[in-house]
Amino acid sequence: MTIQDMVRVLNARVLIGEEKLDMPVYTACCSDLMSDVLAFVDEKTVLITGLTNPHVVRTSEMLDLKCLVFVRGKVPSEEILDSAEEQGLVVITTKATAFTACGLLYAEGLRGVPVPLEWDMEGKK
Amino acid sequence: MTELIRSSYPVETADYASAGSASADIKRKLKQLGITGDVLRRVSVASYEVELNLVIHSLGGELTLSVFPEYVQLVSADRGPGIPDLSLAMREGWSTANDEARSLGFGAGMGLPNMKRNADDFDIQSEVGVGTTITMKFKLA
Ligand SMILES: Nc1ncnc2c1ncn2[C@@H]1O[C@H](COP(=O)(O)OP(=O)(O)OP(=O)(O)O)[C@@H](O)[C@H]1O
Ligand SMILES: [Mg+2]
Repeated sequence: MTIQDMVRVLNARVLIGEEKLDMPVYTACCSDLMSDVLAFVDEKTVLITGLTNPHVVRTSEMLDLKCLVFVRGKVPSEEILDSAEEQGLVVITTKATAFTACGLLYAEGLRGVPVPLEWDMEGKK
Repeated sequence: MTELIRSSYPVETADYASAGSASADIKRKLKQLGITGDVLRRVSVASYEVELNLVIHSLGGELTLSVFPEYVQLVSADRGPGIPDLSLAMREGWSTANDEARSLGFGAGMGLPNMKRNADDFDIQSEVGVGTTITMKFKLA
């Protein structure tokens, strides 16, 4: 799917990057824990989050993410949007909760980033 | 070996607002040198993690980038408080981060293991009451 498709599926509003909506997206991750995003995400993906502080954009910058989706209708400050724009990020906001946003996108075929797990289901390394 | 670049960035304790600005500048400099892709991403992530640790856990310190023809080096050196138990600190999930750091999305105890995973060479030295020094190397090509 493309970012445009995500906008449609999530009934989202585009805050930054209107001209880049035809970019393809293959995977997404959803987290409010930037520590985890930094530790597990290693491909150019989409971050779905409810956190709107400047570190969400900084984390995206370090990882070269391409799109940020804010849930529950959250809109970050002008300052944060400006730095997102400088980096060439696409930023959209949806009224859906994180759970619902993920479900809607998954149903349309989007999948999570592959996460290497060192343990099996019994918790053994 | 010839050093191509050396830049130092002072990092202040609890300066949450500008935390990450040194790493953003480091990333810019490396890009200008034509360093891209996987190495650039690994250096950027490790640099951001170590810079955040200076802000969140240290009494202040300095992050230094050096680029040599064969590798990129990051050194973080701080003025304390030092880490009492290094093997505990290196464990995934162990954190002493305060509420402010946690409210920003950090403090999961993932940073040090993540640096170690991303760097080709990782060394940490720490003494309580003196400080912590972390040296990371990333091979080029
Ligand atoms: N420069 C430092 N000075 C003093 N203590 C440190 C320093 N760096 C790390 N520590 C200690 O080591 C612990 C683990 O660090 P680590 O980066 O792995 O996790 P964190 O910073 O707590 O959380 P995260 O990195 O996931 O946001 C910290 O909680 C802190 O107690
Ligand atoms: Mg950390």
